[in-house]
Amino acid sequence: MAFDYDKWIRPGKLPHIWCPGCGHGIVMKGLIRAMETLKLKKEETAVVSGIGCASRLPGYIDCCTLHTAHGRAAAFATGVKMAKPEMNVILVGGDGDGTAIGGNHFIHACRRNIDMTYIIMNNYIYGMTGGQFSPCTPTGHKASTTPYGNPDPGFDIAKLAIGAGATFVARGTAFHANQIDKLIVEAIQHKGFSVVEILDDCPTTYGRRNKYKSVIEMMNRLKEVAVPVKAAEKMTAEQLQGKVLTGVLYRDDTKPEYTAEYAKVIERASAAK
Amino acid sequence: MSRYELRFSGSGGQGLITAGIIMAKAASIYEGKQAVQSQSYGPEARGGSSKSEVIISDGPIDYPKATTVDALLAMTQEACDKYTHDLKDGGILLVDSDLVKNLPQGNFKIVSFPIINTAKTDVGREIVANIVALGAMVALTGQVSRENAEKAVLSSVPEAFIELNRKAFSIGFERALAASA
Amino acid sequence: MSKKVAFLQGNEAAAQGALYAGCNFFGGYPITPSTEVAEVMSIELPKIGGKFIQMEDEIGAMAAILGAALAGSKVLTSTSGPGLSLKQELIGYGCIAEIPCVIYNVMRGGPSTGMPTGPSQSDVMCAKWGTHGDHPAICLTPASVQETYEEVIRAFNLSEKYRTPVMVMPDEIVAHMRERIVFPEPGEIEVVPRKSPTVPPEQYKPYDTSFGDVPPLASFGSGYKFHVTGLNKMQDGFPTTKAEIVQAEEERQVRKVDANVDDIVTFEEYLLDDADVVVVAYGSTSRSARYAVNVAREQGIKAGMFRIKTFWPFPDKQIKALASKVKGIVIPEMNLGMCSLELERCAQGKVPVLGIFRVDGEPINPDQILEKIKEVK
Repeated sequence: MAFDYDKWIRPGKLPHIWCPGCGHGIVMKGLIRAMETLKLKKEETAVVSGIGCASRLPGYIDCCTLHTAHGRAAAFATGVKMAKPEMNVILVGGDGDGTAIGGNHFIHACRRNIDMTYIIMNNYIYGMTGGQFSPCTPTGHKASTTPYGNPDPGFDIAKLAIGAGATFVARGTAFHANQIDKLIVEAIQHKGFSVVEILDDCPTTYGRRNKYKSVIEMMNRLKEVAVPVKAAEKMTAEQLQGKVLTGVLYRDDTKPEYTAEYAKVIERASAAK
Repeated sequence: MSRYELRFSGSGGQGLITAGIIMAKAASIYEGKQAVQSQSYGPEARGGSSKSEVIISDGPIDYPKATTVDALLAMTQEACDKYTHDLKDGGILLVDSDLVKNLPQGNFKIVSFPIINTAKTDVGREIVANIVALGAMVALTGQVSRENAEKAVLSSVPEAFIELNRKAFSIGFERALAASA
Repeated sequence: MSKKVAFLQGNEAAAQGALYAGCNFFGGYPITPSTEVAEVMSIELPKIGGKFIQMEDEIGAMAAILGAALAGSKVLTSTSGPGLSLKQELIGYGCIAEIPCVIYNVMRGGPSTGMPTGPSQSDVMCAKWGTHGDHPAICLTPASVQETYEEVIRAFNLSEKYRTPVMVMPDEIVAHMRERIVFPEPGEIEVVPRKSPTVPPEQYKPYDTSFGDVPPLASFGSGYKFHVTGLNKMQDGFPTTKAEIVQAEEERQVRKVDANVDDIVTFEEYLLDDADVVVVAYGSTSRSARYAVNVAREQGIKAGMFRIKTFWPFPDKQIKALASKVKGIVIPEMNLGMCSLELERCAQGKVPVLGIFRVDGEPINPDQILEKIKEVK
């Protein structure tokens, strides 16, 4: 029997706003499969986003959803999780939203290791505003605000997350659709701040400026650059040139989780009363 | 309506804001009068200039800051130079005699004794110099009873330091009476 | 039994007022001269199972309280000028998404870093116009420690009653001065609970106007699932660009306050019955004004004071009435003429509005006000 996505989609809210060929829908389906696998309760699950194409995702999902302001998803979500630690809190958004205007909230959510899962759809561009370069746009590439090629070096989101203290960091791609839900399942099950970066594509504002002739070509690129961490272990540095590791990149099950630590604060304060 | 204005001045870290708070607390909580305490300070947690003002009255206090000061404590020369200008005719100026060498001219009563040194040698801890000064100000101003002021002191300090502060307050009170006699 | 009394600072009283009102979540960022509120909340909230979080920045603190409010908490943040500027983005979010929250802002010198320890009243316009777009604004300006305590409680009540952010804005003098405070007994001051939905989850809409201009708000994690956005939205919470819906929703949000001005606006009239000159004042400046008015009366001048307790919505009706009664209005304020403009708007040229404007970090003293009272002929 085919998987029933409709169970998790709000009636009447489709079609979505995403362009033909955009990978965000693939990620949304992965998220839905993960939520179904984990049998999450809709009323006990909050999906929180910022602003941008990817951040429109919560509007389609049938649970508690919060479409916040640009970059602020992690900070709003921190409030939700602190107030109701028993809720499952999932963040979704794009690379610009999460690592530029929301960069500060992102790294501090990582540092606290608060039990939430952040799915970042990295399509290397600000899509909704028409294709301006993001902190993840590769150097030299074209965007509407880098007409002569991007002079900025980019962020490696996974390294940023690991450096900032996230305790589960994974990467997948929109091409490897079957892997997405598995990574998200593991991330949600992990007690602590988990980051799942999904390399994505934006044919409309990034692809056409950077000489990708078709969506197929963009998808093929994702297929070609991705190397599973296991496979990478057997590869030379030369062979890994230009490749991107996928799978679970980092995991630490020893660092205390934030809401659990705050529960101890409550215990200590109550004892001191 | 009676309105009595006190100013505790010196440098940051000398505990003068605390001294002002305790004086105001003595008046408003224990003496049954009304009191307002306010302060101004610079960006430094230690050093810099610091002042704490206390207004005591039998009735409601509108303006919370000093207008003309009835009693001024100056714990540094700088504070003495800066804050004596609005001291009332017939007012009281208490200074630390080791730190304030140039005494201002004016129609007010000057009382001076080595406040910090008293804390150090007679009480045993320099840190309670503010309470020595407070004891002295209580004795000199007569706005709150010795008993009520002592209650306010003891309710404001940690349990382990009650005896130390009781002693500091008492010595300050006595020294001021002796110095002003 | 005699009531509990204490000798407290304005900021400490604000925190105690919030606790009385049932605040169980505080999100903040350290900033002079409001930090004591955060410090008290960090001590007290965990004792009652509440949550305190120091966020990475001012915007994050605002975001955290809005998130917590949607999860059912009664929330507070505290800040001062530079932080208020940063929080404006999400104060607008709170207004459009209609999330109850209280923002306690201590007014210090500005703009920018300005004078962090100096008093000021220059944030009052920022309270209304700081965030972009049309939105309701409620701002209370207490003048004493006791009143700060009580106004914080009222702010929580108004935020729940009208489902909107409410600001409490003491100036630095009120925030840092200490006075005796008498604590009310539990139940003595009304505490307004959140209006929760009465319909079953499947029928719930977060902006359902069949319940009036202030629809009930469910919380995440309470069996209800719904969508919240900062976009213009429909009654079900989902975004829309339909002209007639956007117009109606925007008007409703503003109407929540505009149609209830008489319920929200509070003020004090002092010696106004026969007054020729009225000093309009708010915050600590009203204390100098009262002093000056008393001295003026002793000198045979018929002066009185109108004390603004609720700055926004502005007491238009009361000021208009005064303007047709007195010979002049004196407005002392620690800014370069913010309330003054509102008074001129209300006075409509009927009487002169004489301002005393100080931005040097010093309080306006009673002598200055007395002099200005005497200028009114």
